Amino acid sequence: MTLLRTIDLRKQFGETRACDGINFTVQQGEFLSLVGSNGAGKTSLVNLISAHLTPDSGQILFEDKDITNTTVYQRIRAGIARSFQIVNLFDGLSVHDNVALSVFSRDRKTARVASLADHDADVYRETMEVLAQFGLLDKSTFLAGGLAQGERKLLDVAVAYALRPKLLFLDEPTSGVSTRDKTQIMDTVSSVVRAGHVTAVVIEHDMDVVFRYSDRIVMMHEGRFLADGTPEQIRANKDVANILLGAPLAG
Amino acid sequence: MMSPEAIAPAWRSKLLLLVAALVVLVALALLPHFVGLYQVQLFTYGLIAAIAALGFNLLLGYTGLLSFGHSAFFGIGAYTVAFLVRDADIHAMELYILIGVPIAALLSALLGYICVRHTRIFFGILTLALSQVLWSLALKLFWTTGGTDGLRVPRPPLLGGMLTFTGSGAFSRFINAYYYYVLVIFALCVVLMWVIVHSPFGKALQAIRDNETRAAFLGIRIRRFRWMAFLISGTFTGLAGILWAPLNGLTTPEILYWPFSGEIVFAALLGGFRNFTGPIIGGVVFTYLKSYAVATTEYWQMLLGVVLVLLVMVLPTGIVGGLAALVRLLRGKRKQAA
Repeated sequence: MTLLRTIDLRKQFGETRACDGINFTVQQGEFLSLVGSNGAGKTSLVNLISAHLTPDSGQILFEDKDITNTTVYQRIRAGIARSFQIVNLFDGLSVHDNVALSVFSRDRKTARVASLADHDADVYRETMEVLAQFGLLDKSTFLAGGLAQGERKLLDVAVAYALRPKLLFLDEPTSGVSTRDKTQIMDTVSSVVRAGHVTAVVIEHDMDVVFRYSDRIVMMHEGRFLADGTPEQIRANKDVANILLGAPLAG
Repeated sequence: MMSPEAIAPAWRSKLLLLVAALVVLVALALLPHFVGLYQVQLFTYGLIAAIAALGFNLLLGYTGLLSFGHSAFFGIGAYTVAFLVRDADIHAMELYILIGVPIAALLSALLGYICVRHTRIFFGILTLALSQVLWSLALKLFWTTGGTDGLRVPRPPLLGGMLTFTGSGAFSRFINAYYYYVLVIFALCVVLMWVIVHSPFGKALQAIRDNETRAAFLGIRIRRFRWMAFLISGTFTGLAGILWAPLNGLTTPEILYWPFSGEIVFAALLGGFRNFTGPIIGGVVFTYLKSYAVATTEYWQMLLGVVLVLLVMVLPTGIVGGLAALVRLLRGKRKQAA
C-alpha cells in the first residue's frame, strides 16, 4: 500500500532546481534509503514533505489525502516525523525529558499546566521503553547536551520515533560518527523501526550502510530521480556507480 | 516502571526540597520577631519584587524571551487598585486581587498576542514600546491618572475586613499583618510557578527555548505556547503590582516607565535566570541593594550600573548559579580528596 506520494514536486532556489518534478512513492512498512551526492536535493525533498519548506508546485499525498498546503503541526498529527542532519535536541533538558516531550505531544498533553510531567505514569513508562530500545536507559537523567555524538544521534532518532509516526524521515543519522558507531546506530535504528512497523526513509551517504539496511534505494541527482530499485538493482546500475563513485560499485 | 532503586533518589531529592522549603518558610514567618519594622517593610517589598521576577522569568529563563516591558503589567496591577479605591470606593484587599488579576491577565493576553509574533530583539523592543505607550497614557491623562502626582492608595482592610488599620499604631500593625499576607501569597505563587515549570507545559517551554525548530517538529505549537507563557508571566507580575500599591500608598507613572522594567530584568539576572530560585533571591536582594544604594549615595543609579556590569562579567549565572557552581567545586574537591 502506498503511504506517501508526491506528484511533480518542484522547488527552486534562485537558479538551482532542488526538486525538479519529483514523483516519489513510499510503500507502507519499507525501509527506504535516499542517496545522492551533496546538493542532489535529498534534504530539500524531505523538507518539502515535512513542511519545513513550501513547494513551488506539485502535490504531496499522504494516505491518499492531499497535504500539500498543511502545516508542520498538521503533518505531525497526520503521522509524519523527522530527525535532522545536524543533531537537533533540547540540550538544557534531560535525555528522559527529550523523549517524554514527544510522548506528551503525541498524546496531546503538552498544554497541561497544573500537573507534574514526571508524575504521568503512562508517559514515564513509554519514555523509558523507548530509551531502552535505543540503548539510552542508563543516560536518562543526563542532560542531552552532555551526551557523546553517537548517543546524541540515537537520541535524535528516538525523539522522532517516540511520536510513533507512520512515516519517519531520518536525515543522515550516522553523519559525524565513527565507523564503529555507525554500525551500532544503524543496527539499533533499523531493528527498532522494523519492530515498531514504522515506515522509514533514510538519507545516507555511506553506501555500505545503505546496501546493508535498505529494502529499496532511491538515487537523486541534481533535483531529479536517477534510479529507484532494490539494493541489487542499484548496485548493478552503471549511472549510479558513475555518479556516486566515478567507478562501478563493488559487488 | 521505574525500579525501586531509581525511585528512591527521586523521592529523596523531592523530600529534601520540601524540607528546605519548609525551613525557609518557617524562617520567613519568624522574621518579624527578630528585625525592626523598617526591615519587615523592606522585606515585604522584596517578596513582591520576587513575585514579579518569578513571573518575568517564566519568559526569560524558561521560554527564552527577554521582555523589556513588564513594568506594564506591574503598573496595570497597581493602577487597578488605585482606580478601584478612587472610582469604585472599594477598600478590600481581596477584591483588589479578584478584580486586578483578571485585568492584568487580559492585558497580558492582548499584549502577548502582539508580541509573541516576534522573537529576540524584536520581541524585546515590542514589549518596551507597548509598555511605553501605557506609561505615556498614565503621564498625559492626568485628570484620570493623577499624572506625575499619581493616585493615593490607603491601607486596605485584610481578610474580608477582619483586619482593619485605623487609630494609633495602625502603620506598624498594617506592616506586620501585610508582611504575612504577602508571604502567604508569595508562597502560593512559588508553589504554583514550580508546578507550572515542572508540568508538560513547562517542559515544552524549555524545549522551545532550547530549539524552536525541533519543538515545532514535535507538534508543539510555538506561538500558542509563547502566548500562554506571556499570559502567565504578565499575570504574576500584575499580581505583584496589586500587592505593591497598598504597601507603597501611592501609584505613579514611574512604575510603568522602562527603567522599572529594567529593574525586573536586573533582579532576575542578579539571582540567576537559569534556575528556579534565582529570580526569587534576585528580587529580594535587588530590593535591599537599591534601598541601600539610594540611602548611601545620590549617584545610586551609577552604583547599580557598576553592580550590573560586574554581575554580567563575573557572575553571569547570578547569585544562585554562582553558589551552585561553588557547591559543585567543593564537592568535586572533596571527592578528589577521598
